[in-house]
Amino acid sequence: MSDFFTATVLFSTLAAGIRLSTPFLFAGLGEMIGQKSGVLNLGVEGVMLLSAFFAYWTALSTGSLWLAVLVGMLVGLLMGVVYGLITVVFHAEQGISGIGIFLFGLGFSDLMFQENVGTPKFTSKLPSVDIPLLSDIPHVGVAFFQHSAMTYTAFVMVPLVMILLRRTTFGTNIRAVGENPESADSLGVSVARMRFSAIVIGNTLAGVAGTALVLELGIFQPNLTAGRGFIAIALVYFGAWRAPGVMAGALLYGLVEATVITWKALGIIPRSLSDISAMAPAVITIGALVILARRVKPPAALTQPFSRH
Amino acid sequence: MATDTDIPMLEMRGITKRFPGVLANDAVDLTVRSGEVHTLLGENGAGKSTLMKILFGLYQPDEGEIRLNGEAIEVESPSFAISHGIGMIHQHFMLVPTLTVAENVALGTRSTRWPLTDLPVVSRRVEEISEKFGLAIDPSIEVWKLAVGERQRVEIIKALYRDARLLVLDEPTAVLTPQEVEEFFGILNEMRSSGHGLIFISHKLREVVAISDEITVLRNGRVTGHTTPAESDRQQLATMMVGREVSLAPDRPEIEPGDSRLVIRNLVVESDRGTTAVDGLDLDVRAGEIVGIAGVSGNGQRELAEVIAGLRDARAGSSVQVNGVEVVGQGARLSRDAGLAYVPEERMRDGAIGDFTVSENLVLVDHGSEEFSRRGLLRFGMIRSHSQELVDRFNVKTPGLDTTTSSLSGGNIQKLILARELASGPTVLLAAQPTRGVDIGAAEYIHAQIIEQRGAGAAALVVSEDLDELLAIADRIAVMFEGRIIGIVEIEDATRETLGLMMAGIHEGSPA
Ligand SMILES: Nc1ncnc2c1ncn2[C@@H]1O[C@H](COP(=O)(O)OP(=O)(O)OP(=O)(O)O)[C@@H](O)[C@H]1O
Ligand SMILES: [Mg+2]
Repeated sequence: MSDFFTATVLFSTLAAGIRLSTPFLFAGLGEMIGQKSGVLNLGVEGVMLLSAFFAYWTALSTGSLWLAVLVGMLVGLLMGVVYGLITVVFHAEQGISGIGIFLFGLGFSDLMFQENVGTPKFTSKLPSVDIPLLSDIPHVGVAFFQHSAMTYTAFVMVPLVMILLRRTTFGTNIRAVGENPESADSLGVSVARMRFSAIVIGNTLAGVAGTALVLELGIFQPNLTAGRGFIAIALVYFGAWRAPGVMAGALLYGLVEATVITWKALGIIPRSLSDISAMAPAVITIGALVILARRVKPPAALTQPFSRH
Repeated sequence: MATDTDIPMLEMRGITKRFPGVLANDAVDLTVRSGEVHTLLGENGAGKSTLMKILFGLYQPDEGEIRLNGEAIEVESPSFAISHGIGMIHQHFMLVPTLTVAENVALGTRSTRWPLTDLPVVSRRVEEISEKFGLAIDPSIEVWKLAVGERQRVEIIKALYRDARLLVLDEPTAVLTPQEVEEFFGILNEMRSSGHGLIFISHKLREVVAISDEITVLRNGRVTGHTTPAESDRQQLATMMVGREVSLAPDRPEIEPGDSRLVIRNLVVESDRGTTAVDGLDLDVRAGEIVGIAGVSGNGQRELAEVIAGLRDARAGSSVQVNGVEVVGQGARLSRDAGLAYVPEERMRDGAIGDFTVSENLVLVDHGSEEFSRRGLLRFGMIRSHSQELVDRFNVKTPGLDTTTSSLSGGNIQKLILARELASGPTVLLAAQPTRGVDIGAAEYIHAQIIEQRGAGAAALVVSEDLDELLAIADRIAVMFEGRIIGIVEIEDATRETLGLMMAGIHEGSPA
């Protein structure tokens, strides 16, 4: 245990935690925007898998990480359009449609992988971008200022999403259609258009989350996400539909995950328990969710389709 | 040659709208001029809201033509209506409770700082409008924190902010207290003199006579008459509306009250916010009498009713006995088993389940009884015949027993709840705002039913903000103020004036 409490180990665990929280943050913020507009998207996991695979495949075949990121985003955007058509245009039940998207993403990414790649190969990973001067600060530099562009972007997204929802007309409309679509409609705000946009933004962010995950690892395997998309949905509730709350949840999850990895490496957790310890982040986060759950109400119209007579 | 003033602001001609099984509007004509308050009068389900929703683009008419300032228009959506100067204040508030007043007002409008919001600019205009029309409100407050009367003002500001010239007000006063109605009429007068056209809907004939310039009467989707307050008094309006003679003062046979059936002692109840809502209240209601509870809303009436119904706890030491059974903190089932029937104020929240059918709602309380279920299985035949009987007896207007309840008009939902509650032959009847939003014909019927229960020996407690209602049916009227009963007046001594003073907390009469 004393091995763990050295500055080097602690700060590198912190760095790993921040890095691991990146996909959760993207996916959680995306899901939150969708839910704010009144749409529950249970398909995050599937979208993440699809984007992860196509980003990986692009990186593998072209060698360009930028192109890979672009493809990952586009796949997310496309899935957003699909989910928007299903739920907003055709008013399908959101819970079932989301599960459908998940199953499709799981199966199709697996199939494409087997058909086109087969045996796992490494691609280049996202390079770390050292922030001048700050990254040289002992320990702190490693923890906070030597991350990939993806990780910085994820954290910059937090204030951006806050501004989007709180300070723009678009965000006000999103909140209105999530709380009282009849009211928004009666003022000429198109409920369908707002929800569609929110879904597309949310799914694009889910796509970025999958891309960040795969490019951080440099390798794809079937079911790469292993439930991260579902955790991201839980984080929205944990964060009480606020961007900083989602960020706190993502960080908590990432840090617990990083700690477990470090403890395994240091032998603090015996090998025989390694399977069980893999569940720790989920158990701890959900435990915290239950204990900390403030009595914040979800958007009043969440999961309710809207149509005029 | 026609001058501008000859062209009415609004002409609706031959408007027809069909819903499955219902002809909601049948070739309706309506003409509204600027600077006039035009009232639409009609029973529940007559088609008033439907006509207004067509004008506002929420429904499309099956037939008919709409002309605005002489020009034919097709109102395809609310945004079209808004951009043509039509505003609507809906029967149910159309506000987003989690947004601020300014955000609600600005929703859907162009921002001067797009893509960012321009709330300071909005707030300034809201204040200007407030000043001009006497609508005091703080633009930065979140709507859920506002009282009902204030929310109403936000709705009006919303319309004026969009430069509405023609404003539809669908039962705006149903939820307002008498004082709030006074203020509200002040605002309408301001708008009238600044040349707005106003379409007003209300079931309260006193208000209709007070504010209207023109009155159009609808019955079963058709226009059945035109009049003005000068030509028709309340009694005549009621007759036009219902199509038969309506008695505004029901017969109340003399009855000698019996023993106390509802006994309340030292009742102390907390509100949802944790303040003391009911503060040491004592009251007896005897068999064969109707006691009215008057008061400005928010003086503990709601909490009082909820405790009696078993839906809310009271402070230790409080006692409420229904037929001698202590019911405080025992849950709704016990209150009912002790002989209580409850007609709640929030009918859609506490009284009926909107997604259930008419028939399901009619047996909502009794579905577990011998009559309607055997070994846990519902007996549909019995349920249907019982429901049909109640629908007929209480004159509930519905296309069928399997219609979802939420698609009925407000008044008919109220009749449905009353039918269910009175069917069990209660010995204590508790009714909160039993005729709110209910038309005059249905109100007459509901009043007759309550009086009939009294005749059958029930003790009735009726909570109402409508003084005319209490004056018509009660034997005694208790006025609640700040959680206490500040006086009880025998009906012979009760006038609107004395009750009004007591409701404001000024007490002169001797306590009963
Ligand atoms: N969306 C709808 N679907 C089906 N039927 C409807 C719908 N809206 C209204 N109706 C029916 O149309 C008729 C007219 O209803 P409307 O709401 O216009 O009555 P109203 O005059 O406003 O009554 P109230 O005084 O109770 O508000 C009623 O029979 C009602 O059940
Ligand atoms: Mg109506």
